[in-house]
Amino acid sequence: MTILLKAARLVDPVAGRNGVFDVLILDGLVRRVGTDLAAAGARVVRLPDACVVAPGFIDMHVHLREPGQEYKETIASGTAAAAAGGFTAVACMPNTDPVNDTASVTEFILKRAAEAGSVRVYPIGAVSVGSKGEHLTEVADLRAAGCVALSDDGRPVATALLMRRAVEYASMFGMPVIDHCEDPSLKGDGVAHEGAVAGLLGLKGIPGPAESIMVERDIAVAEMTGGSVHVAHMSARQSLRAVRAGKERGVRVTAEVTPHHFTLTEAALAERGGFDTNTKMNPPLREEADRAAMTEGLRDGSIDAIATDHAPHHADEKALEFDHAPFGIVGLETAVPICLDRLVHAGIIGLPRLVELLSANPARILGVPGGTIAEGAPADLTILAPDRTVTVQASAFRSKSRNTPFDGWTLKGAVAATVVGGRVAYVNGAALDPAGLWA
Amino acid sequence: MSTATTLRSRHLLGIAGLEPDEIDLILDTALAMKEIATRPIKKVPTLRGRTIMNLFFEASTRTRMSFELAEKRLSADTLGMTTSGSSMSKGETLADTARTLEAMAPDMIVMRHGASGAPHQLARICRASIINAGDGMHEHPTQALLDAFTIREHKGRLGGLRVAIVGDLAHSRVLRSNARLLTRMGASVVACGPATLVPPGLEALGVRVTTSMDAAVDGADVVMMLRVQHERMHGLYFPSVREYFTLYGLTPARLARAASDAIVMHPGPMNRGVEIDSAVADGPWSVILDQVANGVAVRMAVLYLLAGGDERADASAA
Repeated sequence: MTILLKAARLVDPVAGRNGVFDVLILDGLVRRVGTDLAAAGARVVRLPDACVVAPGFIDMHVHLREPGQEYKETIASGTAAAAAGGFTAVACMPNTDPVNDTASVTEFILKRAAEAGSVRVYPIGAVSVGSKGEHLTEVADLRAAGCVALSDDGRPVATALLMRRAVEYASMFGMPVIDHCEDPSLKGDGVAHEGAVAGLLGLKGIPGPAESIMVERDIAVAEMTGGSVHVAHMSARQSLRAVRAGKERGVRVTAEVTPHHFTLTEAALAERGGFDTNTKMNPPLREEADRAAMTEGLRDGSIDAIATDHAPHHADEKALEFDHAPFGIVGLETAVPICLDRLVHAGIIGLPRLVELLSANPARILGVPGGTIAEGAPADLTILAPDRTVTVQASAFRSKSRNTPFDGWTLKGAVAATVVGGRVAYVNGAALDPAGLWA
Repeated sequence: MSTATTLRSRHLLGIAGLEPDEIDLILDTALAMKEIATRPIKKVPTLRGRTIMNLFFEASTRTRMSFELAEKRLSADTLGMTTSGSSMSKGETLADTARTLEAMAPDMIVMRHGASGAPHQLARICRASIINAGDGMHEHPTQALLDAFTIREHKGRLGGLRVAIVGDLAHSRVLRSNARLLTRMGASVVACGPATLVPPGLEALGVRVTTSMDAAVDGADVVMMLRVQHERMHGLYFPSVREYFTLYGLTPARLARAASDAIVMHPGPMNRGVEIDSAVADGPWSVILDQVANGVAVRMAVLYLLAGGDERADASAA
């Protein structure tokens, strides 16, 4: 089937486009991008004027929970949530059960993803066998099976030596090492940011430097080896300072931040009666100075990507005491509205910068296709309705889990549709008439 | 001076939710309750037919017995459960525990729990009134109320007093509730402990923090000592009991820096020779046993006032 997206508002900073263009899609690939393209047998699709077409968004940090914890999420439900959230691809962390530390687990994930037939799934392999921090995994094998990066996420890469060897070894395959930066001794049994709120709520604290100490270590390793290190879910202003300094001297370090860390602060722990376990995540919600720093890092370019750290947990687990409930919140279905509302409409960044953070940079860091609407590339498109107001309704999530602190929030900025390889993976009927698209 | 005639919430989760007039109301009511303990028959029918569950998910002797005595003196039907660890250790969520107990229709649940916020989570599920008998490192509101009652008994007021609270600040729910209550009632509070045991956020309550015990005790009207759980300190908060006592132990010599009529308090159980010298604990300054006696009266007041609030809620719903 041939589709001609006629006079669509395109935002594609990599291609230098920010205006009205036609996009011709043939057999799932972008055939041409230009103006006044001829229809010649194509189905002509005109999007409402309020819609914006961007290269497909890539969430480089999600937990799909399969294999092993299918009661929290499956690859089918997680990818459906991703599509509904405007993501055309996700990179899934290896802390499943079993850990994705062998090609057979990677192959299983990709098989399930193909069966689900929704968005693209890029597995991230473990740095160490079982993520135990001892032996390197068979990286070449993982790479051949389809892994795009390495991480022991959920825990930090255990030692400086292991980090060094992992970065050196992974560099042979062009894979970044993504680190969950946290000094285990400083984190201790903390459950919340070490600040005034946790101090008064009587919750054990995790100080910002528990993160930045490990960020500093990893930057030193990247500098020493010349390899690539990516800081997962950065939350502390001290970490940002380290990343900025590293970048200034040319170290190959990149960083992501989650929507909750640039939107919420520790104050959320005391709201709604206090101790809402949907405000418990790791790294924790930090102080206003940290939140503001993350926003500034997104604006000035020192932060490369926005990723959700989508961490589904069953309601029964989140019904435990704050100390005992698991860390993490879901993020796939709230990220884009939060970004549009809190970053774009708030005047902090423009749409082109948002597209860099959600599409171009994740594609570049992971070395995966996409990030731009290029002729000959798969037609992965995120269609936004930036001015449409949405109310977050956790009960309507495609994800199997509803652990979000954003339930009931009204945000300006919606996902209108998600197109993966020229196929419509999701349409928001409120923003776009499904009949106006294609099958 | 109190203007409140009822408590605004049907739960007592912490001092954080109480206004000054409600604190006065509880303390004034406790004064009437205290008289009951002087009678030959120490029992009134006020809560007859009411069911109170005492759920202690963490070991407790004095608080549990104090609540039980308060309940019995008000003629409530009481039953108790003491278990160690969280609901989770029994394979049950806190929410399920709450719903199970709720199905037995108690009027009030008195709860002690090792996790901060557990009673707050329970209160979102339960219809019964929840009384926090200590949650993790967060709050212990009836302790702060009985402390305030005891201070008022000896000093006639709370406002304008200088109160030093000394010891393991970081892990203490007694500190957090007392700091909230005393600052709200106009006392000047200084908290003192080693820098390793000072939690962030105390300044936000208007509490002055110092690591010098001499500075803290200087001119104090009230010296409140906190228990140090030295067996849990693993040598990382302070090097030894010996050195702790040298720096933060309350001795007669150190107490000489306080006001001449200063009183000494301790929520118990005391570690003699760790945070307090026996000469002080048993000396003329000590009001530690008054605190225990007043605990029953204050808890009677809280139970009585919360039960009254419940009646009105039922009446307005009907």
